Amino acid sequence: MAYSDKVVDHYENPRNVGSFAKDEPNVGTGIVGAPECGDVMKLQLKINETGVIEDARFKTFGCGSAIASSSYVTELVKGKTVDDALQIKNTHIVEELSLPPVKIHCSVLAEDAIKAAISDWKTRHGEAEAAQSAAANE
Amino acid sequence: MGRVIYMDNHATTQVDPRVMDAMLPYFTEHYGNSASRNHKFGWDAEGAVDRAREQIARLFNARPKEIIFTSGATESDNLAIKGVVEFYKEKGNHIVTAVTEHKAVLDTCKALERAGKAQVTYLPVDTYGLVDPDDVRAALTDRTILISIMHANNEIGTIAPLREIGRIAKDKGIFFHSDATQGVGKLPVDVEAMGIDLMSFTAHKIYGPKGCGALYVRSKGPRVRLTPMMDGGGHERGMRSGTLNVPGIVGLGKACELAAAEMDTEAARLLELRERLSQGIMGQLDEVYLNGHPTQRLAGNLNLSFAFVEGESLLMGLKDIAVSSGSACTSATLEPSYVLKALGVGEDLAHTSIRFGLGRFNTAEDVDHVVERVVHEVRRLRDMSPLYEMAKEGIDLKTFQWARE
Repeated sequence: MAYSDKVVDHYENPRNVGSFAKDEPNVGTGIVGAPECGDVMKLQLKINETGVIEDARFKTFGCGSAIASSSYVTELVKGKTVDDALQIKNTHIVEELSLPPVKIHCSVLAEDAIKAAISDWKTRHGEAEAAQSAAANE
Repeated sequence: MGRVIYMDNHATTQVDPRVMDAMLPYFTEHYGNSASRNHKFGWDAEGAVDRAREQIARLFNARPKEIIFTSGATESDNLAIKGVVEFYKEKGNHIVTAVTEHKAVLDTCKALERAGKAQVTYLPVDTYGLVDPDDVRAALTDRTILISIMHANNEIGTIAPLREIGRIAKDKGIFFHSDATQGVGKLPVDVEAMGIDLMSFTAHKIYGPKGCGALYVRSKGPRVRLTPMMDGGGHERGMRSGTLNVPGIVGLGKACELAAAEMDTEAARLLELRERLSQGIMGQLDEVYLNGHPTQRLAGNLNLSFAFVEGESLLMGLKDIAVSSGSACTSATLEPSYVLKALGVGEDLAHTSIRFGLGRFNTAEDVDHVVERVVHEVRRLRDMSPLYEMAKEGIDLKTFQWARE
């Protein structure tokens, strides 16, 4: 199977590889997929007080298309609000990277990773705010 | 891109220049039809085919007339299994084979089951990929007409105990077929000593051309008969009609002659290269696992799982090296290797497997380059792998709650 130039570029020069500390309240972590399925993506988003994604990191176990999808997503979400990021559809990733039909699941996983990371942030952010207001009330 | 190192010799091999030289005159000079009985062109072609039959038969102690030429090992497997089932349908309909066989055997058996022509027992294998001869014996019924067990596995290189299985087949008077595509020319084969009645193999795995294979069909002690799959001119003792591929057959003959002459030295050389490859990789990387048997395997075969690194992504990084992967992503089915699964290799590790197939034209320099590239790419991809990070943090990947699709 021949890979598109963009997939090769993201695979060879992945953007934003790495990890943030998981316990920071402004970081949301999404881990999707499973090792026995051959794909696991970890996407982390650093989200500021106004709900804007300031930074992103990823680590991916998976084929070149899975790595490229997650690498591309880290670029795509930066600067977006949480609400805008939740609107990203896998078809956008498919088009950008020219993924063949057999690799569409990689883009679905990347979309899921965004949702999982934001959901984690919302949970933890809510907890942090609750803790703050609780502290203020004491 | 500079030179690409070919290390996928279980898939196919480069034609040896000595084989090609032997073939060339049969395209342009001696281009006769070996079935033309009344002129020199036909006689020359027939003579070449007869010489090839002798070269081939000598490699595994058969009689020249027992060699039936085909288009390759897939056709040979089909002809052996379907031919026996059809011809001996009055006698029985049960086949014993194993789960790790090549698809040419497994899918042939499945087609016969679907058509209601055979019942098939698919024997399990142990963690090394070995079939237990006792399991073969226990699976036999009074309706069993064929045992089909491959010689050496194409993915993991495990070598089956053919001699023991052949003895069981002889005891019970059941035909024994072996798909020896990966074994013939690389491992000593003696159809008499090993009790083999039918054997499939092909030229392109032993430095000959693609499109030419053969089926060994025992002619006495006992004589095996087959119903042909194609009707036509009655070539090859009526078992396989069709004008013979004379240049291909000359190539197969020459390839067998070379394999016989060089087998011992070549096996020793390949074993040394494999040790160099294996030690070079495993000495520098942790969490690399060998798939298949540690010693009872083809000298040129090394199948490794690189935990936490998906196989296709590793192949993509090794773009100047031709190897193959048991990863699902390299197949159309999205299922990882059924062979590794049968060994009990978890799907997580099956996705990370790479098959190295060393061959006649690989050198120590090739191996050193491959070691360097593999180590570099595995390290790079592990730095990018969430699984490697989690494992290093002490998270148990087996019990972690994955968000499955």
